[in-house]
Amino acid sequence: MSKPTPGTQQPAKPAAPTAAAPPSPPSQPKPEPARAKKLASTITAQFPDAKVDYLREKRLKVTVSSATIKAVATMVRDDLGFDHPSAVSGVDWIAKNEIEIIYFIGSLTREGLRDFVLAIAERVPRASPVAPSLIDVWTGVEYHERESQEMLGIDFKGNPFKGHFLLPEDWNDMPPLRKDYVSPGR
Amino acid sequence: MTIQTEYDPDSDRIMAVSFGPQHPGAGHFRIKLWLDGDYLVRSEPDPGYIHRGEEKMSEYRNYIQNVPHLERPVILDSCGILFPYALAVDELMNNKIPDRGQYLRVIMAEMNRIISHMYFIAIEGLFTGHTTMITWCMGDRDFWIDLAERIGGARVTFAYIIPGGVRNDMPAGLTEKALDTCDWFEKRMDEYEKIFFKNPMVLTRMRRVGVLSKEDAIRLGAVGTVLRASGVKMDVRKDEPYSHYEDFDFEVPSLDGGDAWSRAYMALLEMRQSVKIIRQAFKNIPQGPVRLKLGPQPRVPAGEVYARTEAARGEMSYHLISDGSPRPYRLKIGSPSFKNLRVLPHLLRNVHVADIPIIYWSLNYWPLEADR
Repeated sequence: MSKPTPGTQQPAKPAAPTAAAPPSPPSQPKPEPARAKKLASTITAQFPDAKVDYLREKRLKVTVSSATIKAVATMVRDDLGFDHPSAVSGVDWIAKNEIEIIYFIGSLTREGLRDFVLAIAERVPRASPVAPSLIDVWTGVEYHERESQEMLGIDFKGNPFKGHFLLPEDWNDMPPLRKDYVSPGR
Repeated sequence: MTIQTEYDPDSDRIMAVSFGPQHPGAGHFRIKLWLDGDYLVRSEPDPGYIHRGEEKMSEYRNYIQNVPHLERPVILDSCGILFPYALAVDELMNNKIPDRGQYLRVIMAEMNRIISHMYFIAIEGLFTGHTTMITWCMGDRDFWIDLAERIGGARVTFAYIIPGGVRNDMPAGLTEKALDTCDWFEKRMDEYEKIFFKNPMVLTRMRRVGVLSKEDAIRLGAVGTVLRASGVKMDVRKDEPYSHYEDFDFEVPSLDGGDAWSRAYMALLEMRQSVKIIRQAFKNIPQGPVRLKLGPQPRVPAGEVYARTEAARGEMSYHLISDGSPRPYRLKIGSPSFKNLRVLPHLLRNVHVADIPIIYWSLNYWPLEADR
């Protein structure tokens, strides 16, 4: 194999960025993207308890309560066109004693939203993490919910599956993605 | 005596059988089957067998140490799984990647797509009973691996796309060899089409087998070739371009059949587009540096990001949360095989046992990727 020669092709224009660009200071927030802002206001107009976590050019995250998440999900699917469950993630916020469940939803049928991902989040107490399942809204989240159920110990009401999906059948320890689970040998 | 088509747990005609994980047709993956004779009444996938714990493991390592082990779940498409990770870290750090680095990322990602699709068609050929396809594809795949090795340095898992750019520049004088490989491969794909995809035996075995309608594909959350073979033109490279993909002239192929043959044929159509992209990238690659100097332990500001790309199997995504410490607070891999898994029990109903490997492999499913 010939040796890589990274230094041989020098740029004609020396202005190419060679060093890491400094992180943008938080004191200068970027202008809020219009599309995300409009979607956020549509959701908060119907569900006043929805809290907007961040607005970006192609991303929007709203946090809602467990009581309303199903209604919010049905609304964004039917009215706003978010029909593609991209992923379901869960985060163990051990310091706040909460577990966060986040549904990342894209759109396949709405032309102007093909590049957009909407994150709908809810927070449940760590001691009794019970959340409604959204299988009725998006069938595709079924296995994602099973994964979160097993890895973070969330009880999805309405998801028919109870048992081990990805972990070994004889797994008796706590859910491994909880922060207080320490991998053996660590 | 009629065949029972509905699952009835009390029926004494139904037999429960495990397909895999030792079965060569299952590829270390188990499917629980309920059979009435030779007829499949119901199925239930059981993906957990590999148990790598990638997501937990990445919480113990810093952002650069995560690069080599995160590509282990998808050794066939190692650049595909690292690409969104690099994008996620870049977005958190507000990195501006040099243009040459962006082009090299595209070149390697497209080569990996070809390497992965060649494996897919090879295995699909094997389980269709078409031995020529596996020998040809496995042999031809090596030319692309050789080319990628010349760029990346390693043979299968390249660890090439890293936060801040790519690991190293490509050697001088590679462009001609790469363009020759592109020319040769385009002719070779015509031969695949003749010998495999238009073969009457293959058509009989794969046409109208495991049909997934457009509505079901959307409803079940399918991605990648599975989704596009059912008529939905979804490709993150077009929908949400990254790494200068908007500069390249290529199309997103889609088919309306939704059957096993369409899903396999999609791979061929996509490889044609990949060759087109690789050729353009080699011709137009700008000069300059290929990466930013981030150091062995880059400081990643606190934040949350969701990045996605189009890997060989479909939409690959990362949800990354940083708390400002040297290691990720949470890293979630959204892998296309896991997203496509929901389609499997939908298709494996009311078919014969002989069709199981054909339907299963037509999903381009990679077990390690689902069970990360």
